[in-house]
Amino acid sequence: MKAAEFDYAKPRTVDEALAILASHEGEVRPIAGGQSLMPMMNFRLAQPDMLMDLNALEELQGIRDEGGFIIIGAMTRYRELECSELIAAHIPLICAALPHIAHAAIRNRGTIGGSIALADPAAEMPALMLALEATITVVSSRGVRRILADEFFLGLYETALADDEIITEIHVPRSKAPAHFAFCELARRHGDYAIVGIAITAQEIMPMRGLRVALFSVSDRPVRAVAIEQALENTSVGDAGAMKLAVQAIGSMAFQDDLNATDKTKLHLVGVLLKRALTELCT
Amino acid sequence: MTAIEEINLTVNGERSTHRVPVRMNLVDFLRNELGLTGSHVGCEHGVCGACTVEVNGACVRGCLMLAVQADGLEVTTIEGLTASGRAGALQAAFHRRNSLQCGFCTPGMLASALEYCERGGAADRAAIREHIAGNYCRCTGYQSIVDAIYEVIAAEEAQ
Amino acid sequence: MTGPLSIFDRPNAYIGKSVPRPDAARLLVGRGQFVDDQQLPRMVHAAFVRSPHAHARIVSIDGAQAATMQGVVAVYDGSDMADHCEPWVGTLTHMQGLRSPPQYPLALDVVRWQGEPVAMVVATSRALAEDACGLIDVDYELLPEACNVEAALDRDAAVIHPEFGNNLAWERIVDSGDVDAAFARNDVTIVERTFRFNRHTGVTLEPRSSVVDFNPADETMTYWYAGQAPHMMQAILSKHLGLAEENIRLIANDVGGSFGIKIHTYGDDIATAVAARILARPVKFIADRNESFLTDIHARDHRIHGRMAVARDGEIAALEIDDLTGIGPYSMYPRTSAIECNQVLNLTGAPYAIQNYRARGQVVFQNKNLMSQYRAVGHPVAMAVAEGLLEDAALAIGLGSVDIRKRNLIRDDAYPVTSAAGMKFDDLSHCRTLDKLLDIMGHDVLREEHAKLRSSGIHRGIGIASIVEVTNPSPLFYGVGGASIAAQDGATVRLDAAGAIHVSASITEQGQGTNTIIAQIAADMFGVEIDRVKVTTGDTAHVPYGGGTWASRGAGIGGEAVLQAATALRGQVLEVAGTILQCAPDRLDILSGSIVDVKTAAQRMTLRELGRIVYFRGNELPPDVKPELIATRHYRVTDFPFVFTNGAMAAEVELDPETGFVKLLGFWVVEDCGRVINPQLVDEQIRGGVVQGIGGAFYEECIYSSNGQLLNASMADYLVPMAAEMPDIVVAHVETPTKTSVLGAKGAGEAGTGGAPAALLNAVNDALRAFDTSISEMPMTPERLLKALGVV
Repeated sequence: MKAAEFDYAKPRTVDEALAILASHEGEVRPIAGGQSLMPMMNFRLAQPDMLMDLNALEELQGIRDEGGFIIIGAMTRYRELECSELIAAHIPLICAALPHIAHAAIRNRGTIGGSIALADPAAEMPALMLALEATITVVSSRGVRRILADEFFLGLYETALADDEIITEIHVPRSKAPAHFAFCELARRHGDYAIVGIAITAQEIMPMRGLRVALFSVSDRPVRAVAIEQALENTSVGDAGAMKLAVQAIGSMAFQDDLNATDKTKLHLVGVLLKRALTELCT
Repeated sequence: MTAIEEINLTVNGERSTHRVPVRMNLVDFLRNELGLTGSHVGCEHGVCGACTVEVNGACVRGCLMLAVQADGLEVTTIEGLTASGRAGALQAAFHRRNSLQCGFCTPGMLASALEYCERGGAADRAAIREHIAGNYCRCTGYQSIVDAIYEVIAAEEAQ
Repeated sequence: MTGPLSIFDRPNAYIGKSVPRPDAARLLVGRGQFVDDQQLPRMVHAAFVRSPHAHARIVSIDGAQAATMQGVVAVYDGSDMADHCEPWVGTLTHMQGLRSPPQYPLALDVVRWQGEPVAMVVATSRALAEDACGLIDVDYELLPEACNVEAALDRDAAVIHPEFGNNLAWERIVDSGDVDAAFARNDVTIVERTFRFNRHTGVTLEPRSSVVDFNPADETMTYWYAGQAPHMMQAILSKHLGLAEENIRLIANDVGGSFGIKIHTYGDDIATAVAARILARPVKFIADRNESFLTDIHARDHRIHGRMAVARDGEIAALEIDDLTGIGPYSMYPRTSAIECNQVLNLTGAPYAIQNYRARGQVVFQNKNLMSQYRAVGHPVAMAVAEGLLEDAALAIGLGSVDIRKRNLIRDDAYPVTSAAGMKFDDLSHCRTLDKLLDIMGHDVLREEHAKLRSSGIHRGIGIASIVEVTNPSPLFYGVGGASIAAQDGATVRLDAAGAIHVSASITEQGQGTNTIIAQIAADMFGVEIDRVKVTTGDTAHVPYGGGTWASRGAGIGGEAVLQAATALRGQVLEVAGTILQCAPDRLDILSGSIVDVKTAAQRMTLRELGRIVYFRGNELPPDVKPELIATRHYRVTDFPFVFTNGAMAAEVELDPETGFVKLLGFWVVEDCGRVINPQLVDEQIRGGVVQGIGGAFYEECIYSSNGQLLNASMADYLVPMAAEMPDIVVAHVETPTKTSVLGAKGAGEAGTGGAPAALLNAVNDALRAFDTSISEMPMTPERLLKALGVV
């Protein structure tokens, strides 16, 4: 399990990185924290021609509060999120999710941008982006694009990111990262990818308004459950009729099997988690 | 045609320069090029924790980082943690409590345990278990490891 | 016994004390010596091309491009290897009817499991070897697979070895008493259930590892070995590579966990030795984790139908089981893959007085990785089946879990006893261990608490299991069947000139604390402080001949050899001391490194002084005194085929009926492994064993597709127990020393793994009882539990 040969570049600036992406022939894989890419390379499931190391790009680091957004540099490591007062104060949903993301040694190195770019359907961070109504800023030598999280995740490990683009930062609207949130996941072991998981935010809870419900580890991508949001909008947690509609909405979604559970089991578990998450949301 | 880069790094306090194949990961470099065989290779995909070492003061998986990425950084392995005495209290408690059997996981387990202690982790068995949940031990069943870490923190708190 | 005290209660004795392991200090500072730590001049690295298919004919192998790659030293295929290595056959004569075809280091014409090695590359680095593997082009013609155990004997099943006509490897029937008559009794209630125990594997953290060097100048081979049985491996290499046994040296320094994974013969390891011989330079092969999952032996894989008849008072009137087990395409060499099933037949119901017992075992070939001995061979299956049926029976007749056990356990004063399956038991304590278990777990209080919680929607369960464990095997285990596997072990104890003693022993250390208990026994029996005892194990050039450490035999058999050797040396030293001090040896003793007066304990001379005289000033001794300050003794079990241990275990769980998740709340073990040499080490063996049992019961499973593809060959997808979910485990003991040795120690290495799944199954089913359902398949995953609950 040794990685195949590749060339290595470590740009010092984003411009330098974009130039490499624009000019290099063959597959260039940006490496952020590498906590998913390195295993894939060690298994030789990924064999890029060139590895472009983003770890020297200071422009992609740091968390700031600006213009109504919490702006998180793509190379911000999970550990930095854990220690950030800004995150704790304004996006507590991220704090609730972080302990479930692998283990301390992985969080010391793994980055938010790397997780979003990889778009693992079982990962927490992409789903959080959906629940938080985040915008992903990407750049290439062609220019800057801002992509809503809702439009970013396109399929299994597939995103709106073009081959010559990298993620620079993530904008989370402060108004969309309110105190009303819930995060639940069911993992066989602490830190594992979940069998199913759910992240919810709401503007108001009595009744529930402005709900955003994101599911992960249910399909080929993180899924925003709009039908559930609609079923629950303007209802209260104890509303059995609304809950029934929400569960029906889950039933209409297409879930995918994995080693831990069939689609049918996932469907059931999402129903259970939804109930628990709503209770958490409103307490 | 092997891509090779020169790196300068500090390992266990010693600065040195090396030419490394860029595809070589950090733990293979430490073991095979520097002879620091205390760090072990258990899975090469970041799950088992046997290769856990410190890079710039934070634990990382030695198999999920390239040696070339350690250019300019400070790496500390079990050999360094031993020499500086930083792991001494944990090592003594592990010994007393028999918190190891085959010893293959032990250097990585100690690094993770030390990070927990040094970050001010509480003498709380569940929290300790959660923190070391990324380090696989096939032999002990973990209880004695939890005991040892707990004991070290409790002793420090008592002082 | 020479002194006024028993040999086990001399002052400052080490036996019975929790002495910290001297070797642990080295491992704690990163100074272990594992095989992969070996760096030798001119060493090259092996990697293997492995079959991607479960069953296929090899049409062609093209290694030309790989062979020309810079850094590649050699490329071999199956026939290259066959030219240098005699094939092996995994059968033993006492496993009558067992059949398995010859096996080669690399596949010859047909591959029979995904992961079977097909070609080997040796290169100057592992990375280059893997690069070259990618350049080897193998053309396969797919063959129909037989993967499913339950269909492997069907008439239309693909036959894996056409020469055998079908996929049956072995069959055994045990029929004792009158089973049919007992089931036909009109006063019995019959319960039955089909259990499934899916495949799991060992996942030693140190993968299988070999470094082999060959020196053509004197035809010697040195094999740095990560294994449990160096002398066995020496014999195997000699036999199949055609080298003189004495020219092969096996060195097992630190071994990073073994659990039975590392006592077998693997093609890639043998190929590594062959390559070293051909190339006359050191070759290293370290299985990567992917290779470990694909080729380290798997365990279990049983489907068992069990039936039990119980009388109204709870008496087990009869027990019948039918076991079908899949072993992959070959029986593993040299221990065979039939032992697992054989143990199930021998041990199901073993703690109980059962007169009428019938068992059928069928061992079948299938296109999956080989299945063979792993920690607690057969035990978790045998215990879970009997304990599971017993719970069903208790429920059916309205008797409590404890009551039905007490009604049927073999009484502590009944021994010796021969079981219905023919097992000979002595010195067991089922009733005392169960009583103690109920006491330490607060059984009755817990039950009451659970009843209350149930009414508030919290579903907890308690499961109890009484178990036996096979330990200290005699030659009747393997040797009698023709295997070069020693059942005896030896120890040599030597006094040096400085008054320290050196023990070399044939049992081996993989972390259990073998070296520590050797030192404890030698220190006590000879009479020195433990830090004056130096222990050597694992090197065939330096230790007496013996079996090694497996089947929970290290302490019981190797420990007794040490006891005998140290005692003998003590006698020899006292003889010399008597001469020097001009007094009768029986008036002297050795205590804390000195020759003392046996009555007053007054020091007469130090061992250092005695050593000085013997080694340097022999002129001071009478010419006819020829001191031998070295003694060797060997020991084997002679009175019984095995020395059984027993224990009782309990688990407490909480079930989340909505998610199928189970939380482990508590686990208790009362173990009787005879004399406890080091309580801490024994307790840790039990705990580690229980957690491996928890792995099999809840987490670990080798998941195959229907066409024989292993779907979870990574540590991200194959779930081993990690710290966060494991409970604290309470361990207590009853000590009934075995009469088969002076030391009185039985084994303790496997009980936890053997018994935990039974207790856990019963605990989960106790929690499920409120839902009027139960589970019979392991691992008990959330999805399987949701299915049992009828939720999905």
